[in-house]
Amino acid sequence: MKNKENTINKGPKKGIRLWVQIIFAALTNGYVNGFIQSKIYTGPTKAVCVPGLNCYSCPGALGACPIGSLQAVISSRNYQFSFYIIGFLMAMGAFCGRFVCGFLCPFGLVQDLLHKIPVPKLKKLPGEKYLKYLKYVIFVVFVMLLPMFAVNIIGQGNPWFCKWICPSGTLLGGIPLVAGNPDLQAAIGWLFDWKVFLLVSILILSIFSYRPFCKFLCPLGAVYGLFNPISLYRLHLDEDKCVDCGICKKTCKMGIDPRKTPNSPECIRCGDCVRACPKGAITKGLVNGKKSKTAACTGACASCAGSCAGKSDLKEKFKN
Amino acid sequence: MTEKRRQYIGIACLVLGLLFIGLGLLREEQLTVLKKAAAICLECIGIG
Repeated sequence: MKNKENTINKGPKKGIRLWVQIIFAALTNGYVNGFIQSKIYTGPTKAVCVPGLNCYSCPGALGACPIGSLQAVISSRNYQFSFYIIGFLMAMGAFCGRFVCGFLCPFGLVQDLLHKIPVPKLKKLPGEKYLKYLKYVIFVVFVMLLPMFAVNIIGQGNPWFCKWICPSGTLLGGIPLVAGNPDLQAAIGWLFDWKVFLLVSILILSIFSYRPFCKFLCPLGAVYGLFNPISLYRLHLDEDKCVDCGICKKTCKMGIDPRKTPNSPECIRCGDCVRACPKGAITKGLVNGKKSKTAACTGACASCAGSCAGKSDLKEKFKN
Repeated sequence: MTEKRRQYIGIACLVLGLLFIGLGLLREEQLTVLKKAAAICLECIGIG
């Protein structure tokens, strides 16, 4: 008899995610002329947001970064709130949550590639339990409040997150533009040094720890993460099939236990747990309306002797 | 919360998000985005 595990649908192969990341980053940063001439694209597609943290000052960028755009709109004199960008974030979040982080973010791709360097890895950083909340603070303070309220005499604010924190802007925009533009080279000062220091620190940390920027600092990940529990594209845990082996938890590089919170705000939908599960208990896809809890006990199983409190999953566990 | 209820909330957020995008377009917020994104953002690249 063919082994049952061999027939379990493991979802897309691991390498596919990397290819999706590379192709999407190339498509949304496809203005090659910009890299050659150290200038940026100025066409009408720049009014449209891309889903990931992709600086609009990247020479190749064909779209706008949603976090940069949000700050640009709410720090302008004309608007106090951005329906356009908040709506975009809500729609993307409700549709696929942090799938964007796992598949469509160029800075996520950079961190993924660095983490492939074969050195000893840190499973968890000190204080990780609390540090993961820092990204929400950054979103509220640097992306919303400061651009909205710290304005000059004519009511114009600054993009505080872009200016002081965003390493994606430094990597994708700052370094390529400054490298090819003598005027910009003459203008750099301590702010550029600070941003390069921050970028290098994050990139070095990415080699040892998986996606530190996404875990602790990214305001875009914070927003999409809030939608993870209700997003239409989601993980499903079949408790009838789960044997509590814990392989999914050990596999997850974002530090989640998919048995407890398959749609945790930290999940980037990478699919590692789906592939790792030996019983095929975790699947991902659009919602299907099924209840995530197990079906009621049929009473056919005598081995639990009532201890399962009506949950038939124990029956399956005893069976396996 | 059942999957069905989560699904309804997800769809409601998606529809609300699309309505917000439409409202933003009516307010011409996309022009502010275009104006910002079509020029080199000195703050974003660390010049200040």
